[in-house]
Amino acid sequence: MKGAGPSAGSRTFFSKLREGDEIARLVTMIFAATVVVIVAALVWELWTNSALPRQKFGFHFFVTEVWDPIADQYGALPFVYGTLVTSIVALLIAVPLGIGAAIFLAELAPPRVSDTLQFFIDLLAAVPSVIYGLLGVFIIVPVMRTVIFPALNTPFGFLPIFKGPSYGVGFFTAGIVLAIMVIPYIISVSREVLLSVPRDQREAALALGSTRWESTWKVVVPFARTGIMGSIFLALARALGETMAVTMVIGNTPKVAASLFAPGYSIAAVIANEFTEATGDLYLQSLIELGLVLFLLTFILNGLARILIIVTTQKGSGVAG
Amino acid sequence: MRASAKPEFSVNITTNITTPAARETAAALPMRMTISQVNFYYGTKQILFDINMGIADKRVTALIGPSGCGKSTLLRTLNRMHETVNTSRLEGDILLDGQDILAQDVTALRRRVGMVFQRPNPFPKSIFDNIAYGPKINGFKGSLADLVEKSLRHAALWEEVKDHLHKSAYELSGGQQQRLCIARALAVEPEVLLMDEPCSALDPISTAKIEELMVELKNLTTIAIVTHNMQQAARVSDFTAFLLTGQIIEFSPTPQLFTTPSDPRTEAYITGRFG
Amino acid sequence: MNAKLRWRKFVSNFMLAMTGVCAFVSVLVLFFILGYLVFNGGASINWDFFTKLPKPVGETGGGMSNAIIGSGKILLLASIFGVPIGFLGGVYLAEFSGKGMASVVRYAADLLNGVPSIVIGIFAYGVVVLPLKHFSAYAGAFALGMMMIPITLRSTEEFLKNVPRMLREGAMALGASKWKTIATVIVPAAYRGIVTAILLALARVAGETAPLLFTAFGNRFASTSFSQPTATLPVMIYTYAVSPYEDWHRQAWAAGLVLLGLILIINILARTILSRGIAVPRS
Repeated sequence: MKGAGPSAGSRTFFSKLREGDEIARLVTMIFAATVVVIVAALVWELWTNSALPRQKFGFHFFVTEVWDPIADQYGALPFVYGTLVTSIVALLIAVPLGIGAAIFLAELAPPRVSDTLQFFIDLLAAVPSVIYGLLGVFIIVPVMRTVIFPALNTPFGFLPIFKGPSYGVGFFTAGIVLAIMVIPYIISVSREVLLSVPRDQREAALALGSTRWESTWKVVVPFARTGIMGSIFLALARALGETMAVTMVIGNTPKVAASLFAPGYSIAAVIANEFTEATGDLYLQSLIELGLVLFLLTFILNGLARILIIVTTQKGSGVAG
Repeated sequence: MRASAKPEFSVNITTNITTPAARETAAALPMRMTISQVNFYYGTKQILFDINMGIADKRVTALIGPSGCGKSTLLRTLNRMHETVNTSRLEGDILLDGQDILAQDVTALRRRVGMVFQRPNPFPKSIFDNIAYGPKINGFKGSLADLVEKSLRHAALWEEVKDHLHKSAYELSGGQQQRLCIARALAVEPEVLLMDEPCSALDPISTAKIEELMVELKNLTTIAIVTHNMQQAARVSDFTAFLLTGQIIEFSPTPQLFTTPSDPRTEAYITGRFG
Repeated sequence: MNAKLRWRKFVSNFMLAMTGVCAFVSVLVLFFILGYLVFNGGASINWDFFTKLPKPVGETGGGMSNAIIGSGKILLLASIFGVPIGFLGGVYLAEFSGKGMASVVRYAADLLNGVPSIVIGIFAYGVVVLPLKHFSAYAGAFALGMMMIPITLRSTEEFLKNVPRMLREGAMALGASKWKTIATVIVPAAYRGIVTAILLALARVAGETAPLLFTAFGNRFASTSFSQPTATLPVMIYTYAVSPYEDWHRQAWAAGLVLLGLILIINILARTILSRGIAVPRS
């Protein structure tokens, strides 16, 4: 290290010192700033490269069903519809299962069992989308065609949502695959949120003569409800952006259909399938505009989710006035 | 070996109730709850040793003692709240109206033996729904509004909140929240009300209000209170048990324990020589 | 016990049992997936798989050596791109920055973390593929590298901040400058956590397919340079799985097993190491 002791030549010593630190600070700051720059550039790219369809179609983009590359007409409705429907189906399955599992892990299971199961659930979250897609294509699609469709269509086929035919692929199948993929998120976050509910809430309920289920369902879960909502938003954000598993089982048909068994399309799936084949700027930019929509949706949902989760875990630590 | 006046309760009160006057007072009163030879463990660690005492009907019984002496633990056994901890183990008999509480259904027991906690812990619901919670799950069929009003009056909170019943409980001050919790506990009409240092998180004015309340409430229900505040125990209770490291050192009528304690350790504690 | 209480207790026991069912079903899925992969793909994992190139469409046999190497190349490049940014950015947040800048950077990182991977692919396409006028490993690495940044950055920041003050102050009391303290004392102390977090980030992007679809694209052959379209394991799995060929399906299962096996092993290792002490930041 330059500069001898604290006395003689101390000015050079300290200025060298500061320089080294100053350089370190600048260098690391540049790298940190790069992150901000990347994000800004991403948004900018999405925005400017979707200018054509935004100018040409405006808001009609979202309500037009036609997606015709040959006629150069692009409407996002089938994809928005498909994304929404599959996400809703996914949530309908994943939310009850996920919250149920979280309740078990947070309220019932002894700590070690809870931690072990949570470990496995974290591993589930690490499984890549394409693997879920494999499972979807080779297992869930046949099961849908041979088991689930007949089971629902035969008694309830008169309902529009259960009309046939079914080739195994479609909104329902994609919804099931998505449900499996988002359950870990609901479980992890809900479990944490439930664990942060103060003990004496549950004890107060028990002390009034509640059964364990009543104290859990009527007091602890409502206390954590904001955070649980947050976990659902997180799951929804994940479901919206899911590409591979969905594209492998949804049927890739740009049509709005009432039946859950009909083939459809989602925003992420159409980008994945058609991006490399998009000829012409309007085509490509329409796909990019879809990407922008996806970005905005997940941005909003993730932001809301974060707020909700923070609010709940803070509430746990300072309630009584 | 002492027995209370009523033959169906048998109490092994510690031999520390020595003066004839004390014996007489204790003998004349029925014991709502009796605690016999209770030993309590968390895992392998023993917390309570050979506890024998009684909770007198329609009276306030205070448990005092330094931090860590086991008074809260003892209180929590009375409504089996200790069972929320897996490693807890209770030996001995605790009787409510002569029946072993350990043999009964715990949910039914807890309706009969209510609890107010150290920190106010209202549910994230409205004032009305907080109080209505207990009656509702127990299948109360009558007028909830009347029951809520009655409970709030008993807790001396009605006048302050009667026009705001549908506001969130969290909008109340700390002292009001605690009175709400008392009202909530009273709504299920418990036979015994356990209070675990109910004023320790409150300011002096709220504390005074709740102390006043306790004196009135004992006409309604039997009260057992844990407090680290000796003056509070002296003010509100009829009987006091002094605990030290998990044992009952002395259990006497309050005036007697505070003026002429029979054990030197009790005297040391109440004169503030240790805390 | 009256009838109502009996009913309430029954409901309680039933519902609590149901929650247990939910939990076990959820966990069972993991073992189900693993089981299926082993069952369907296990037999196809042979030497050929790792060493041979894919056969032409319709012919059986062959392997995925190009995809395995391609994935390796892209992940390596992605780490070189993403880890320094994340690491040094994290150092900045933990050691140098003020509150304002820190929250902006953190917010940007969280935002980046939440961007769907296909959108990242679109961005990488615009930034790398368009100027170079063709697909390349560079583009794929850029996309995956970007995805590694948020996890690396947040983990580095957290682990550095958790280094005990005593260590920090001890070094500075000996006259070490700030950056020296960081480089020689603080980072080494947080080293284990940071490395495992990087491994977790790697495991996460190793399975990503969508952003590679129009960046690295794919290649029937082994690519010789980084500026050519490159085959990767996840993309191969996808391509083979949606094809009509039985043999390709078989290979897709095998590849899935290899990919998932690697990812799970890294995850289990990383999480077990981390669980001795510090919490894992959620991805």
